[in-house]
Amino acid sequence: MEREQIHKMLRDMLRARAFEERAAEEYSKGNFTGFLHLYPGEEAVAVGVIHAAEPSDYIVTTYREHVHALVRGTPSKAIMAELFGRRDGVCKGMGGSMHLFDAERRFMGGYAIVGETYPIAIGVGYAVMLRKLPEAVICFFGDGAVNQGTFHESLNMAALWRLPVLFVCENNHYQIGTEIHRHSAVTDVYKRAAAYNIPAEKINGMDVLTVNRTTQRLLKQIRSGGGPYLLELETYRFRGHSMADPGTYRPAVEVHSFTTQDPISIAAHEIELNYPTTDQIAEVGPDCITLLTQHAQEKGQLIEQELALMKDDIAKEIDAAVDFALQSPQPTLEECLDDFNINQRTEILI
Amino acid sequence: MREEKNYWQALNLALDMAMAEDSSVFILGEDVGLYGGTYRVTEGLYAKYGEERVRDTPISENSFTGLGVGAAMVGMRPVVEIMTINFALLALDAIINMAAKIPFMSGGQYTIPLVVRMPGGVAKQLAAQHSQRLEHTLMNVPGLRIAVPSTPQDAYWQLRQAINSNDPIIFLEHELLYFTKGILDSSIEPLPIHRAQVRRKGKHLTIISYSRHVLLCLQAAEQLAKQGIDAEVIDLRSLKPIDWDTCAQSLQHTHRLLVVEEDCQFAGSGAEIVTHLTERCFFELDEAPIRVAGRDIPTPFNAQLEAASIPQVADIIAAAQRFRYPS
Ligand SMILES: Cc1ncc(C[n+]2csc(CCOP(=O)(O)OP(=O)(O)O)c2C)c(N)n1
Ligand SMILES: [Mg+2]
Repeated sequence: MEREQIHKMLRDMLRARAFEERAAEEYSKGNFTGFLHLYPGEEAVAVGVIHAAEPSDYIVTTYREHVHALVRGTPSKAIMAELFGRRDGVCKGMGGSMHLFDAERRFMGGYAIVGETYPIAIGVGYAVMLRKLPEAVICFFGDGAVNQGTFHESLNMAALWRLPVLFVCENNHYQIGTEIHRHSAVTDVYKRAAAYNIPAEKINGMDVLTVNRTTQRLLKQIRSGGGPYLLELETYRFRGHSMADPGTYRPAVEVHSFTTQDPISIAAHEIELNYPTTDQIAEVGPDCITLLTQHAQEKGQLIEQELALMKDDIAKEIDAAVDFALQSPQPTLEECLDDFNINQRTEILI
Repeated sequence: MREEKNYWQALNLALDMAMAEDSSVFILGEDVGLYGGTYRVTEGLYAKYGEERVRDTPISENSFTGLGVGAAMVGMRPVVEIMTINFALLALDAIINMAAKIPFMSGGQYTIPLVVRMPGGVAKQLAAQHSQRLEHTLMNVPGLRIAVPSTPQDAYWQLRQAINSNDPIIFLEHELLYFTKGILDSSIEPLPIHRAQVRRKGKHLTIISYSRHVLLCLQAAEQLAKQGIDAEVIDLRSLKPIDWDTCAQSLQHTHRLLVVEEDCQFAGSGAEIVTHLTERCFFELDEAPIRVAGRDIPTPFNAQLEAASIPQVADIIAAAQRFRYPS
């Protein structure tokens, strides 16, 4: 892969990590409350997939979506201001952390009711199909989201009508505190696609290069009329489910088995119930950023100075985003009512 | 037992006692078991009663609520927890088409002793999809009963009564009530589940509310008292059925009606309460009733606008001041 491409992806993974850690910090300071679902550990998924997308492709995603928007090109300050609920946020402070929308970038929204991304995605896909355009829709969802009825209903329709949708499962093994073996009878998500005649595969979601190459190939195929596809990416979140969740229900043995890419053994859970802290998880987890940095350094595509420079730039960008958010005004009730004109519209019906 | 308890602890105790006494009671929901429940309501029960009676479910609201209906048809007493009311929208088929209809459609052959618990309401910056209040929707469904406890004492007793009832009962818990405290006295004979309660006696106006907003009404009443306005505050405790007699009795001596609801005003619970009481007590009323309710907008994420979208103490006071009182 091109040196330039690797640098771009590494930069975005570092930006993602820095953005999220800073968001956690601002949340802890009390600058905003509510649910805050963070992405550290899973960066290779959003970065690998979205770097393979064209500006003409569409993205539909969940409540854990700051990084998806960031990588898609929504300015970090517009996302941070939205997290702060301010007027200059990408949704004018009305949506917040879980509901980022950016129409200009075909970023079709963050949805917080699990299982909502599929119907939206097939709807957008249906429009693309009718217009006969070479565009694809990327639909993100978690491992916990495959037991919602909409998953099955939407996959069936997508296959039946050959809709241009890439279903991307971010399999981080958890539905909040419920581990995948306790929420799904079939734990290989990709296998479920066979029931709807949708081709599918599972790859290592910690390896951004593989994620990116695979997604490029799949999107190309979809844009040229190949029909839907399901890509399962195996990954892990280093933090709890949200800021309200310390994530301490995860046995250390699981973290280790994941590091060596062994299948998680249920039996092992019962042998060693030794709960790690999130810091320990971050330390031992197969960190996608470290993986890519090492790869690039070994191939001579990255030198220490470049890395330092990158980190420096990013730190400045994130500082600026927070300053911007803090300075952005609060939206007023009048703006809220006027702009959105909900139920107050006086339409003339003829 | 007479002890100070959090609202969530009162619910926890009710579930524990019910499960200990009756082996047909079981719990079902997302993260209710190993994790102990999102708001701690089921804490400790998984260890005590095992995973078959405290079942962690996949994210399949319609089907696991439907499972509750099926199990109830054959004599179990399921308590389904829907993690938050917002996800109950996905289970409305099980709740409205199944639970509410089967006893009737079957000509009374089946009863549905099912409780569906759900935290809801506007909490703190949870944004539009996670701030819903669905009482208006559920109130309009024949066949359901709706309990809306506002204190730990009621949370405990109403949940015990709901589990013992043979009707499908929707149990609405407000997310901001879980960590409120109150005395739980298990020796006090509980009121029937649907009976309203006068929380504060007063002679100038009747304020009717339910769930968390009862607490705000009581605060407003204290401040109004300082201005010489003596408000009677009624906590409905149940939205279906509604204890109209208690409300009507109050109006007989106050002659003024103020209804406070967190739900959006249009076609909300306040619309029903005001209409019914106006029809029944028209000649008792000195003035037109007033509703204080949520604005007809999805809940904004911004904290200030979120607060402005639902009634606050100051709004209740301002509304009460709009009546003309004899001097
Ligand atoms: C319909 C619905 N039910 C429950 C929830 C509460 N909830 C939010 S996220 C979540 C877990 C989702 O897990 P997964 O799909 O694996 O995504 P992850 O958070 O791991 O990225 C749950 C149960 C919800 N938002 N929507
Ligand atoms: Mg997950």
